[in-house]
Amino acid sequence: MIRLSAECEALVRREGERAFPNECCGVLLGPLLDGDGRQVEAVLPIENNREAEEQYHRFRIEAEDLMRAEKEARKQNREVLGFYHSHPDHPARPSEYDREFALPFYSYIILGVEGGRAAELTSWRLTEDRSVFNKEELLCR
Amino acid sequence: MPVIQIPTALRSFTERKSEITVAGATVGEAIAKLAEAYPDIKQHLYQGAELRSFINVFVGETNIKKMQALDTPVKDDDTIMLVPAIAGGIQG
Repeated sequence: MIRLSAECEALVRREGERAFPNECCGVLLGPLLDGDGRQVEAVLPIENNREAEEQYHRFRIEAEDLMRAEKEARKQNREVLGFYHSHPDHPARPSEYDREFALPFYSYIILGVEGGRAAELTSWRLTEDRSVFNKEELLCR
Repeated sequence: MPVIQIPTALRSFTERKSEITVAGATVGEAIAKLAEAYPDIKQHLYQGAELRSFINVFVGETNIKKMQALDTPVKDDDTIMLVPAIAGGIQG
């Protein structure tokens, strides 16, 4: 289960609409909760580093950007819990391409953006053997 | 001795430790020592003898690709950070 504060949810939705028709991306920061839960307390939007002509269906977080996000998380005494990105005019479900490039442990929040409007928001986690994404309960409040 | 900072995704292989102090005069030696101390992490860092392509390594704030890669020398007070590559997107 992953909890997303109202402010963080609003920011992810705004970023998805701002980037449309391209994909947006960013980092989720917060503490791990007891059991298997996570609480997203801060969202760091990151510039999509893919070539401009590829951004309508791809995102990439540059290593330097993630390094700075990791340092910021440590400074805030928070964890990098995962990442968000948008699927412009596509469902909020991970693609095979998402799976190929994902890592276990992280939460992958996906925002569907339909015609420029933020729509469904889902979260996913890759199994340890990397074979499949499981939907993760996402609580927005 | 240099310190290696472990990303959250790999901490399940380091007993949840976020920083590991290791011996080593180069980045390559330090990471090899980490894999020696925590063998389960090895498969996630290496493909054969090479570091996996989706693992980026920084000394301070500089990517070792801009230095001498795994031969980059490290000092006792250096911080080495392992950073995974993150990408994705819709099909097509």
